[in-house]
Amino acid sequence: MANMSLKKNEMPTQPADVRNTNFSEVALGYTPEQAIDEAKRCLNCKNKPCVGGCPVKIKIPEFIAEVAKGNFEEAYKIITEDSSLPAVCGRVCPQESQCESKCIRGIKGEPVAIGRLERFVADYHNANSKEEIVRPQSNGHKVAVVGSGPSGLACAGFLAKKGYEVTVFEALHVAGGVLVYGIPEFRLPKAIVQKEIDTLKALGVKVETNVVIGRSYTVDELMADNGFEAVFIGSGAGLPKFMNIPGENSNGVYSANEFLTRINLMKAYEDDAITPIYRGKSVVVLGGGNVAMDAARSAKRLGADVKILYRRTEKELPARLEEVHHAKEEGIEFNFLISPIEVLADDKGWVESINCQLMELSEPDESGRAKPVPIEGAIKNIKTDCVIVAIGTSPNPLIKSTTEGLDTQKWGGIIADENTGKTSKDGVYAGGDAVTGAATVILAMGAGKNAAEEIDRVLSAK
Amino acid sequence: MYKIVKKEKLNPTVTLMEIEAPVVARKAEAGQFIILRVCSSGERIPLTIADYDRVKGTVTIIFQVVGATTMLLNDLEEGEYICDFVGPLGRATETEGLKKVAVIGGGVGSAIAYPVAKKLSEQGCEVHSIVGFRNKDLVILEEQFEKVSTKFVKMSDDGSWGEQGLVTNALEKLILDGEKYDRVIAIGPLVMMKFVCMLTKKYEVPTVVSMNPIMIDGTGMCGGCRLTVDGKTLFACVDGPEFDGHKVDFDQAIKRSRFYSDFEAHKREETCNLLKMGEKNNG
Repeated sequence: MANMSLKKNEMPTQPADVRNTNFSEVALGYTPEQAIDEAKRCLNCKNKPCVGGCPVKIKIPEFIAEVAKGNFEEAYKIITEDSSLPAVCGRVCPQESQCESKCIRGIKGEPVAIGRLERFVADYHNANSKEEIVRPQSNGHKVAVVGSGPSGLACAGFLAKKGYEVTVFEALHVAGGVLVYGIPEFRLPKAIVQKEIDTLKALGVKVETNVVIGRSYTVDELMADNGFEAVFIGSGAGLPKFMNIPGENSNGVYSANEFLTRINLMKAYEDDAITPIYRGKSVVVLGGGNVAMDAARSAKRLGADVKILYRRTEKELPARLEEVHHAKEEGIEFNFLISPIEVLADDKGWVESINCQLMELSEPDESGRAKPVPIEGAIKNIKTDCVIVAIGTSPNPLIKSTTEGLDTQKWGGIIADENTGKTSKDGVYAGGDAVTGAATVILAMGAGKNAAEEIDRVLSAK
Repeated sequence: MYKIVKKEKLNPTVTLMEIEAPVVARKAEAGQFIILRVCSSGERIPLTIADYDRVKGTVTIIFQVVGATTMLLNDLEEGEYICDFVGPLGRATETEGLKKVAVIGGGVGSAIAYPVAKKLSEQGCEVHSIVGFRNKDLVILEEQFEKVSTKFVKMSDDGSWGEQGLVTNALEKLILDGEKYDRVIAIGPLVMMKFVCMLTKKYEVPTVVSMNPIMIDGTGMCGGCRLTVDGKTLFACVDGPEFDGHKVDFDQAIKRSRFYSDFEAHKREETCNLLKMGEKNNG
């Protein structure tokens, strides 16, 4: 019997005024009863519009049907046929603009909570499965994966299951890429990422941390001297963009990458951490994406009053809906149609305030999008002792500059075929943010998987 | 884990360590740096490569005990291990085509100036080394500099080693005596590098400095090491660490170097107390 409630089952969360003082996970996940009840909202449509909204085409109605029957392990198997990181994607995918945006139930009422169900299934499996991971027989082919973020992990996982000898090279001291240094613990517990990496290791994947490809080894050396027959580059988009406004190098001005890395990777929020973090009292975050939300909510947890400044309106915020919603609940103040023009500092170089240009929306242009334009003379000064710049990142140029024959876009993205990950260089594949610029975990994961399939096709024919 | 194969105290606060890190050693060049983490809860700190041995697979670092991390590092002995050691990072010193260079080293910065002087000397360049310390007790690498320098000028603040005065006094004297340098390479405290650059700008001698700002990843990811060069924001980790000294905004760099000074002073004291407690318990 279908559940005809117009609303999703709410997912239990820590109360807002409690969680904004700790770094534990905000959302607590469905109980089995809640999951079954929510799964029954799915109409199991014949044409499956939700699947069309999923970048990796998870068989959504099929897995939900198993959840409705209480067959959670079966549901897990169905998801993992297409996705290698369900516990991660269930938490960080922008479902409202992907699968859930296409859900028929969303026409009248709320869509089925596909993301929450995916998360439930993955967590249930991780907590209850006693399945031993069997290391596949080696097929003798060696593949190198550069970067241990979502695209690299997906690529490595797929190839390892097919018997490839995969080595993942990671520049930092921990594997996981943006899942570890970027996304905070309260949104994606690091134990979940570690579990994925442990699974890969059990499948035989070697993870070499502290190796910077482009410096420690070049891509050519990996292939010529180290016996790798193919290299997948999933080095992400790690280079922070700045506003290029006066005063931006003042003390107290962070890139979101630096602020979040200090907190997530280096655990600077813990009392006994050796890595320092500057705890501003009145923090201003520039930007409106997920990273801006993560930075703002982290600053709040360090005890600050936090304002987000975004140059468009709430409607255009690129962040996941749930993150915006959580940020508001936690007491983050949003300021729209405002754009910083200058950071002002005291004589010791510490930020004191920020001057901002107020904006208004223009008439919609040909694409139907209204652009923010400055209101002449409307300048606002905001007092602050810490500014976090979260306006985006671009691909790291290190691999491009050290790999001959690897073509890139003008803005630095590696040119790679969308379906196969093939680059201009023989045997070299690429995917994820290194190709697309900053995008989502699920797209990166899909790209890693596509490249792995192509690598398998080419190498198995050898 | 990376093994400490040699430890040597160069002076009361400066220590040399040779670390087993073959992946770093095989590509290391003068001017580049590494990032290390002493223990699993430790911070990442950058240190410039002082020397390397590709055959043995080791990299030499020389550090001054200034904060919590260098204190923990200094507490380790030969045969013990550090948690992480990654590199080589940054760009190598460009020495091609140089015929006559003044290499300036100040304090522990001399440890980084030395491999540059050595590399220049090996390629047949005339090297004038001007090295300064506060006093004779803090002198490091004296013999080494002697070996690779055509001219070696020793300076100290109190006159207890070489001449009394600053490295800038010595450099100006040499320039006024008619020495013509293709380049000055200055490595030391920010204030020293700033004044060297002011001087060489006056005499129009191209000058390169090595910046060692606060950084986390060392691969261009955090932007903590950013500095203004010729009005543009650059990252020391990927664009440097060496820059045209006449274009660096030193005043900003000096302010940025004090970003965490309060925190660091506190951590240093805490770590010091912890280590003392450990000694008591062991003793």
